[in-house]
Amino acid sequence: MLEDLTLKFDKALKKVTGQGRLTEQNISDTMRELRRVLLDADVNYKVAKSFIDDVKERALGKEVLASVSPGQHITKILYDRLTELMGGSMSELTINPTGPTVILMVGLQGSGKTTFSAKLAKYLKDRNRKVLLTAADVYRPAAKDQLKTLGKQISIPVFSIDESKDAVTISEESVKYAKENNLDTIIIDTAGRLHVDEDLMNEVKQIKETVNPTEILFVVDSMSGQDAVNSAKAFHDAVYFDGVVLTKLDGDSRGGAALSIKAVVDVPIKFSSLGEKLDSIEIFHPDRLASRILGKGDVVSLVEKAQAQIDEKEAEDLEKKLLSNKFDLEDFLKQIKMIKKMGSIQSLLGMIPGLGANIKNADVDEKQLVKVESIIQSMTKQERKTPKILNGSRRKRIARGSGNTIQDVNRLIKQFNEMNKMMKMFKSNKNRKMLKNFGNLKFN
Amino acid sequence: MAILKNINFNKLKQGLSKTKDKLFTGITEAISTKAVFDEDILDELEEILITSDIGMDTAMKIIHNTRAELYYLNDRSKEAIISTLKNEMKTVLLNAIQNTDNSDSTDISTNKPYVILVVGVNGAGKTTTIGKLAYNYKKAGYSVLIGSADTFRAAANEQLDIWAKRADVEIVQKETGADPSSVVYETLNIAKSENTDIVLIDTAGRLHTKSNLMKELEKIKTVMGKVVPHAPNEVYLVVDGNSGQNVLVQAREFSKVTELTGLIVTKLDGTAKGGVVFQISAQQKIPIKYIGVGEKIEDLQDFDASKFIEALFD
Repeated sequence: MLEDLTLKFDKALKKVTGQGRLTEQNISDTMRELRRVLLDADVNYKVAKSFIDDVKERALGKEVLASVSPGQHITKILYDRLTELMGGSMSELTINPTGPTVILMVGLQGSGKTTFSAKLAKYLKDRNRKVLLTAADVYRPAAKDQLKTLGKQISIPVFSIDESKDAVTISEESVKYAKENNLDTIIIDTAGRLHVDEDLMNEVKQIKETVNPTEILFVVDSMSGQDAVNSAKAFHDAVYFDGVVLTKLDGDSRGGAALSIKAVVDVPIKFSSLGEKLDSIEIFHPDRLASRILGKGDVVSLVEKAQAQIDEKEAEDLEKKLLSNKFDLEDFLKQIKMIKKMGSIQSLLGMIPGLGANIKNADVDEKQLVKVESIIQSMTKQERKTPKILNGSRRKRIARGSGNTIQDVNRLIKQFNEMNKMMKMFKSNKNRKMLKNFGNLKFN
Repeated sequence: MAILKNINFNKLKQGLSKTKDKLFTGITEAISTKAVFDEDILDELEEILITSDIGMDTAMKIIHNTRAELYYLNDRSKEAIISTLKNEMKTVLLNAIQNTDNSDSTDISTNKPYVILVVGVNGAGKTTTIGKLAYNYKKAGYSVLIGSADTFRAAANEQLDIWAKRADVEIVQKETGADPSSVVYETLNIAKSENTDIVLIDTAGRLHTKSNLMKELEKIKTVMGKVVPHAPNEVYLVVDGNSGQNVLVQAREFSKVTELTGLIVTKLDGTAKGGVVFQISAQQKIPIKYIGVGEKIEDLQDFDASKFIEALFD
């Protein structure tokens, strides 16, 4: 779980809390922890090493906000960097605008080429392409039978030459066949091969030269280990593939090999494939794999939370407003909306630099936020800007309009005034004791 | 089972030569570029171990022990480092080997039919391995029957049928979509009536995260026991030698459904180093029985820890 990872980081970073900045010394435990996480996820040793150096460089010198756990801080840097490295955004399949689109599938034995070829065929057929599948695996027993069976299931023609053992000719003929039969997309399923098998690597090179594919996709098992970079590199040197397909993602492998391949050959990961059902194919999402490598979990909310917490500019604005008494109900509403997004009022209070630690014990009923929000929304713009004008009749109207009692409205206004009063005192006296009261602030 | 012992050991060396080139010439390079042993060398060794998929824990353990041993020996020559490392690696492997109940041909003659269930994740190489096993058992003089309980994957029947023909053994099949347990039931009944020595059951590839498929495996096992009380005699987990750390999870999860009596590591003829072997031995204590070193029917080797390590260092 990513939460576990953050916790581990927090633990490793315990001594950092209280110190001003992340330094080489105080994050070394964390980097060790990170190294373990990456290696356990099958990220290649060298790739992991340079990745850690990179994260370290980005983390070093960063200010540690009292309100943000250093673990979250590092996790965020890590996650962003991972997502960025894996392509940042999605990458689409290239379609030949002038002639038939030829897609060549290559990879090691058992990586899932045949199943994926069928999935891709269905995916493209569903997008109005006229697809032909080519059975160019002349080695594995019954490989073409497998493709034929799959083709039948999805009503896509499969081209094969039963008596031929020549994958190059089969591929070439299939493109001719497609042209003659008005099919615009050809997916060639080739035999699984080891990158050290010269004969078979020459075969795939020849296929490439003969059919001149629009796209070459390298299919890789998400369970692959350290050697994935070597096979990927060898395949890339031989045929220069255009995209990577990550299969068997429905298992619990962490898929670090994909990151490694991306790092070594710098080719986008285009699809991920999960499950044996022929519609279980997805455009690759780098962010999802990032969270997978770091350990499964609801990473999105956590990162959003971290982002909100370290948005220093907003925090500064808020602080300025609070200290200059310009914090009105409009700002209050904005903050409540943020709280809802973040899920915790502690996070909001924690955004105010220097308050974080004291606010930890704030006792807040989150349900009250909905009530507060509805009350403020029933106010006019003017009322929000200058709460002073909220007299009895205005309050009655607001209560009715928001479906609350007048007591609720009164409580909110009282609460708001107290907060402003407290901030005034904080500003003038710098009375640290007041912060404790702030911590006990209740919204009910 | 010591059935493949008669195989020429040179074949293993050939099969592993690429592995060896990568792994241990790597180590030799790491050592020979520095005249004197230092921490850098051990760091390099650690890198070599980890990039062999040995896994961080096991690599650390081996390095740690090697380092400790070297200080104790006070000998930091290249030879000392290699032999110390070799010993440490051997210790890891022997750890699991000792747990092996070393079944031999007596077991086969007294437990007829001797039932071997082959399981694994998708694409690990189960069907190819079954073909090779059938060929070897048949060659060793046993009568063999294959049951094709992969009724799911398209053309799995056809693929296994070709292997059965190559190995010249009989096969029991049903149509795609049939209940795998029913194939097993029929296969074992035929084996009983024909007094077959060895039954090999191929199963569909299943990710260990698919609980319904794991339940299906449980059912297969139950059905086996009903027809042949001592079945299965062996349950082999086939793992792809290219795989990384997930193999540990696979071994653990499959173990929950059925006791695994052995591992078969496939595709070791590439540059993947099969370090997964050390990992499994260290953590799961499941012995490695065979290794796959090619696509030809004779490319299955008996796994012998000592010879395996010796071959790596040659």
